Amino acid sequence: MSRLAKILYSAAVYTFLYLPLAVMAVYSFNASKFSLSWKGFTFEWYGRLWNNVSLMEAAVHSLTVAAVSATLACIIGTLAAFILFQYVFPGRKVIFGTLFVMMMSPDIVIGISLLLLFLAVQFPLGFWTIMMAHVMLSVPFVATTVYSRFKGFEGEVIEAARDLGAGEYQVFRHIVLPLVAPAAIAGWLLSFTLSLDDVMISFFTTGPTYEVLPLRIYSMVRLGIKPDVNALCVVMLAITVTAVLVSRHLLKEKK
Amino acid sequence: MRSSNLFRRLVITGIVCWLAVFALLPNLLLLVVSLLERGTVNPVEPVVTLANYGRLFETAIFRIVVDSLAMAGMAMVLCLLAGYPLAYIIARAPARTRQLMLILVMIPFWTNSLIRTYALVAVLKANGVLNMFLLWTGLTSQPLQLMYTQTAVFIGLVYTLLPFMILPLYASILRLDARLLEAARDLGASRFQAFRRITLPLTLPGIVSGSMLVFLPALGMFYVSDVLGGARSILLGNYIRDQFLTSRNLPMGSAASIAMTAIMGLMLLVYYYSIRSSGRQEDVA
Repeated sequence: MSRLAKILYSAAVYTFLYLPLAVMAVYSFNASKFSLSWKGFTFEWYGRLWNNVSLMEAAVHSLTVAAVSATLACIIGTLAAFILFQYVFPGRKVIFGTLFVMMMSPDIVIGISLLLLFLAVQFPLGFWTIMMAHVMLSVPFVATTVYSRFKGFEGEVIEAARDLGAGEYQVFRHIVLPLVAPAAIAGWLLSFTLSLDDVMISFFTTGPTYEVLPLRIYSMVRLGIKPDVNALCVVMLAITVTAVLVSRHLLKEKK
Repeated sequence: MRSSNLFRRLVITGIVCWLAVFALLPNLLLLVVSLLERGTVNPVEPVVTLANYGRLFETAIFRIVVDSLAMAGMAMVLCLLAGYPLAYIIARAPARTRQLMLILVMIPFWTNSLIRTYALVAVLKANGVLNMFLLWTGLTSQPLQLMYTQTAVFIGLVYTLLPFMILPLYASILRLDARLLEAARDLGASRFQAFRRITLPLTLPGIVSGSMLVFLPALGMFYVSDVLGGARSILLGNYIRDQFLTSRNLPMGSAASIAMTAIMGLMLLVYYYSIRSSGRQEDVA
């Protein structure tokens, strides 16, 4: 491909990817309520979000679920990556395979299979169920992020620590953890985004008493375009962009 | 020494238990429920039957299955055709440009796909951006009625899932050793031959995993169909959701999801085969 063709082709695909988001962002500042024509700049829709009590409640729910599930996923995922990298034990390949299948599984299957589990043990749907479901969604991503970081550093450091008498826990706490910390934090951020952005799994695993933002957006969106929905989506988009940029930065360092 | 062994055993046991409860058990439940009969008082009756799977082939449901598979298949092919060149351009770009181009793919990858679907509405609407553009350039004299059609759902699937194709493709193209291509060209292969004989087989794992990440969600993403297709077009995902939440027919919904899992299983087999064959190619080279 010639240089010009490459530039034109890339520009076309990126336009396809970003034009709708740009249009949405522009209209979130449009003073006109109904038409797509530009009626001047306003922050009104953002202000309305802030003053909408039930929406803010859903936002608090979403952020709580995202923070708690990301933290748990970060711990489980890092530990999983650690044992997969460090130890040889029966069933190691099965764990690998399970994590891979979890990552590839369509969200709808994860959602309804967990719903069946919660129904079977008659656990009421709400914070705990959606939070555990999001942990499930995020762990494979944390585990792969941290695992690839492990592959990046030399095994000698760990060998040296062992030779000097460090136990397994001490190796993990004082050698491994500081080394993989950036990857683990990046994994936390990605889990946070995954949880905040998930629609499908939340749809099946939360109850009517615990509404989260994406589901709120889902019910709003079905009623058509509204400027306050635009504003809400732009806020969510901004959070995602920030998390992705920060996690990229964390993973790039020391390379 | 004893405490260190304890740590190791604790962690491994913990992870295995967690996976057993939240990964294995739910899928087993799904399988079991799909083999039971729908109950009148209880959600399911303890009667083992294959009838739910048989019902997937009854006319009305089979239509949904076939339409959904066709739509997902077309979305997969279009994403592959559109995504491969871009993934290639990114992988071969100079380091700084590559980082930027990659991040610009990662942002939509991580962004809520419901939000991205919704953003598409303002573009596809009768008085939306696309029609404004088409009318302005004179390409059409009438605004296109795209919203609430199968085409809109198709555009929506391609739009939301394209990044999921590009990223695995990019990763596999990046790993491709450029020297192999140079060698092929030196030995007299045409550009096309080098692509067909070297690039394509060696990036097959990326092609297959990207295809999985597009095809499977494309079957299930019911909100794309809800937002862009209105009530008319139905994906397998809409059907499963309705069985669970509206009709309360858990066995039927489970059978449809097990069918999706089976498709995933098949694609995973293809994936392992592609890894092995591309690995062998590498050994030969």
